[in-house]
Amino acid sequence: MTEHTETILDASAVERTLRRMAGEIVEANGGTNNLIIVGIQRRGVQLADRIVALIQASDGVTVPRGALDITLYRDDLQTIGPRPVVGSTQLPGAIDGINVVIVDDVLFTGRTIRAALDELADFGRPGRIGLAVLIDRGGRELPIQPDIIGKKIDVRAGDRVDVQVDDLDGRSAVVLVSKRTS
Amino acid sequence: MTAAAPLGKDLLGLEPLSGEQIKLILDTAEPFKEISERAIKKVPTLRGSTVVNLFFENSTRTRISFEFAEKRLSADTVNVSSGGSSVSKGETLVDTARNLEAMRIDMVVIRHPASGAAAFLAERIESNVINAGDGTHEHPTQGLLDLLTLRDHFKRIEGLRVCICGDVLHSRVARSNIWGLRKLGAQVAVCGPRSLLPRAIDEMDVTVFSRIEEAIEWSDALNILRLQLERMTAGYIPSLREYNRVFGVTRERLERAPRDVLILHPGPMNRGVEIDSDVADGPHSVILPQVTNGVAVRMAVLYLLSGGRPELAEAAKTGKVA
Repeated sequence: MTEHTETILDASAVERTLRRMAGEIVEANGGTNNLIIVGIQRRGVQLADRIVALIQASDGVTVPRGALDITLYRDDLQTIGPRPVVGSTQLPGAIDGINVVIVDDVLFTGRTIRAALDELADFGRPGRIGLAVLIDRGGRELPIQPDIIGKKIDVRAGDRVDVQVDDLDGRSAVVLVSKRTS
Repeated sequence: MTAAAPLGKDLLGLEPLSGEQIKLILDTAEPFKEISERAIKKVPTLRGSTVVNLFFENSTRTRISFEFAEKRLSADTVNVSSGGSSVSKGETLVDTARNLEAMRIDMVVIRHPASGAAAFLAERIESNVINAGDGTHEHPTQGLLDLLTLRDHFKRIEGLRVCICGDVLHSRVARSNIWGLRKLGAQVAVCGPRSLLPRAIDEMDVTVFSRIEEAIEWSDALNILRLQLERMTAGYIPSLREYNRVFGVTRERLERAPRDVLILHPGPMNRGVEIDSDVADGPHSVILPQVTNGVAVRMAVLYLLSGGRPELAEAAKTGKVA
């Protein structure tokens, strides 16, 4: 078994993709009023920060950014057990009636987003919740679909998509890691 | 230390834990603090789990703190106290617990006057056992919340000088504190009348002060223990007034210290005995933040002990009954 890695998006392609997504988020919400962007720990938060910066550059508005850690809302505690590292959840204010855009790196089974929707509901009743993901890799186990997609790719079940961000990985890229029997 | 059971099955004390495990509990407690600040103070993490709070000794703070922690994690809770239960009819500890277990519970939080009661129970039942104080042995969640409060204030534990003052002899809080502080690299001292220090204190590798003024001068923080008035009829100290005059932590004594000394107290306080009111309510007191942190630390412990029980799954597969 060898691991084969293939770069799907390099740094400049990630930048272009995020810029397009930032534009689509503003367009889909009719501007930046009443809008907050919430990243899912951990890499979703980094991507949300970059989208906020891109909207700032294009529209001159700083959209409030929140972070969600969905660990305590997972549905696999009884089987897999506790994840030792629980990150922080911080929302920039009340979310009642607000348009919330959830940002995550990779959309796969949809279970993370299910948990995020449950967690958001505990904080209030947003006017509308949207979902923006950098990569949609297919393989959904729940009826959840993204509104804004960076790139859609078909990935085999055992393979992995790694989104790398500057702050955590020292580079910005999207890499497909596939296992091949050689 | 596996991902599925980072602390093992039970939390019996801080002595058996590694520094890494203690740090993991403190780190896990951080995000749990925020949950108690939400409008809806609840996450669904332990939905469907049943926790029994088995209290064979009076307790207000600890029992309520555990109950809040359990409820904020969505566990179902049942409180059993020794009065008004079959315990007062002479049922043994193990029989009580086995009967509860027969009703399919997941965790037991136990407070008991006998040292070692929590460990005794943990060996005999499959549920997770959390020690909420056993005799004069340990009170691990109190030790953990003291550590968390110290870390909140000083941003570190390593190298801190912490003096535990008062009735160390009868104090499970003192023992859990000494283990926890030492494992995280703090320097530990004790201060109190010799009659209230354990005889083996010299073997515990802690500094011993016989004068409170020296202890205050040395310390970054004082953890002031409750003088257990119910035990003081046995002649450990001449009188409460005498104790306050010699060992009481007063504002005058603190004002002579070379630095601000952080004040901790596990409660309930005897104002005017081991601690004066203007110290307890003073600017360096973190006695109420300790209580707030207690809920977060207990949520972290419940979370880390819950779910993911591969050893039980394995036992069930091979048909072996634990």
